Amino acid sequence: MLHLNQIHKIFNEGTPDEKIALDWTNLQLKEGDFVTVIGSNGAGKSTLMNVISGVLIPDAGSVNIAGKDVTFLPEHKRAKLIGRVFQDPMAGTAPNMTIEENLAMAYSRNKTRTLRRGVTKNRKDYFREVLQSLNLGLENRLSAKVGLLSGGERQALSLLMATFTEPKILLLDEHTAALDPARAELITNLTKEIVEKYNLTTLMVTHNMQQALDLGNRLIMMDKGQIILEVNEQEKANLTIDQLLNEFQRIRGAKMTNDRALLS
Amino acid sequence: MFTALFGAFESGIIYAIMAIGVYLSFRILDFPDLTVDGSFVTGAAVSAILITNGVNPFIATLFALVAGFIAGSITGLLHTVGKINALLAGILMMIALYSVNLRIMGKSNVSLLNIDTTFTNVSDISASLGLDSLFNSMLTAFGLGDSLPKTWGILLFMIVVTLVIKFLIDLFLRTEIGLAVRATGDNKKMISSFSANTNLMTILGLGLSNALVAFSGSLIAQQGGFADVGMGIGMIVIGLASVIIGEALFGAKTIARATLAVIGGAIIYRIVVSLALRVEFLQPGDMKLITAIIVIIALVLPKILEGTKEKSRRAKRQQLVRMKNVPSESEGEASATLKSNS
Repeated sequence: MLHLNQIHKIFNEGTPDEKIALDWTNLQLKEGDFVTVIGSNGAGKSTLMNVISGVLIPDAGSVNIAGKDVTFLPEHKRAKLIGRVFQDPMAGTAPNMTIEENLAMAYSRNKTRTLRRGVTKNRKDYFREVLQSLNLGLENRLSAKVGLLSGGERQALSLLMATFTEPKILLLDEHTAALDPARAELITNLTKEIVEKYNLTTLMVTHNMQQALDLGNRLIMMDKGQIILEVNEQEKANLTIDQLLNEFQRIRGAKMTNDRALLS
Repeated sequence: MFTALFGAFESGIIYAIMAIGVYLSFRILDFPDLTVDGSFVTGAAVSAILITNGVNPFIATLFALVAGFIAGSITGLLHTVGKINALLAGILMMIALYSVNLRIMGKSNVSLLNIDTTFTNVSDISASLGLDSLFNSMLTAFGLGDSLPKTWGILLFMIVVTLVIKFLIDLFLRTEIGLAVRATGDNKKMISSFSANTNLMTILGLGLSNALVAFSGSLIAQQGGFADVGMGIGMIVIGLASVIIGEALFGAKTIARATLAVIGGAIIYRIVVSLALRVEFLQPGDMKLITAIIVIIALVLPKILEGTKEKSRRAKRQQLVRMKNVPSESEGEASATLKSNS
């Protein structure tokens, strides 16, 4: 479903600040794969997401989604294939527009936008139905502005908006990191439910090791632009945080320094 | 007095179309677009030249609309593809249009007096329908008969045209494309992750905005009987004044409410200016200063009101606290120092 082939990306090439963000990286996701990505800051996780979503164009290598070479396809065209949820709960929704309008925009993701009404009666019924699956009561607040919702509610809505049109690839970029523990758990559970429901091929970046172990069928660890560890389904089932940290130390000969990764 | 207010109302409702255009760029797209000063004149120039060359005034007005759309789209291209800062893109286009407008007109002023325009047509129709005499006799009945307006046709026609434009814009902003345009002004990152081309949306939005501005400019030229290369100076500020006054007075909860508020703001702005000009020591040349002052007041006053409200709320709260803690103030201070020491 997703195939990254020999991706290379350098920032500030030829200057003292030169940084290799992705170092000839390869990654393949089969249909229905749910891969969690961990790694310290600057490991290249975000660059990886940005290369897939089209925010960045790789210096070398190709990106292939659902059998289509999308390496040079601009972000907005590629978005027809990709659903995204960002770390910032404010980033995934338009605050001055209503819940139903936001859903209508998400509904148009894989279609051509026309001069038809965005929010029709039929769509409203459909929106109400999908909102019910969140169990947040948002189905009764269709015409409320999204800016009035709490961070947790907004992130749940973002998640729903990114997924209910069943994208070929779902990219989750630390989408629970900015929430308090209770909200984070809610979103984590919702993620699990939704990904299973639509059988979405998913790539999730997280700093929360427990979350990385709980969710998904595969796990990859990144460092310095490389994928240094790949854990398959069988191995992942019995893996613990300690084992993961030891593994990192064994491969890199250094302790994983990121406190944020350790603590959670 | 009545004629002055009538005139203010009449031109206010024409300027309202320009104000809706400014609302589109300033509020919907969050893009302070200075192209307006130029595109207003472009609309006037295009239709004036076409009309003096014998083109049907209605068609000439439509051409003004198209010219405005092109001007706005170019500003959009400068900003999105050319990556030029929004304000600068608008200023560059405004300056460029000054020369373009001179070229279109061939001189700095084109007179439309004694030529058939949209409004002479409309006035004729309204006179032949007997609307003028109907309304004037009503006014006379109310004892306002000493200064009767020449024609009611322009006012009635413009109310219909402006409201139709308002409803069309409201409808457009609810379509799939319209939602994407609004989201482009609200959260670019979000809407591009939902496969909308934000560059295209910005260009489309600015095109529409300036189409309305040019349309308004064309009608103002036909109402006033001339197109002048300087008639657009400060137009963006007048547009902003209308938007801000309208929103402050009538609210902007929904799009439909906001566009109506902007129309109201444009009319009120005209009335305020015409009243201000009746003050003896003020001259017509002071109008821009008055406009700037009105905008400043409209921007600052709500903040000041909010501040005083907040202050009195806090004072009340403190009084409540003091009433609860009956013990004298010094005791309260002592405990405060204790706390800070610990």
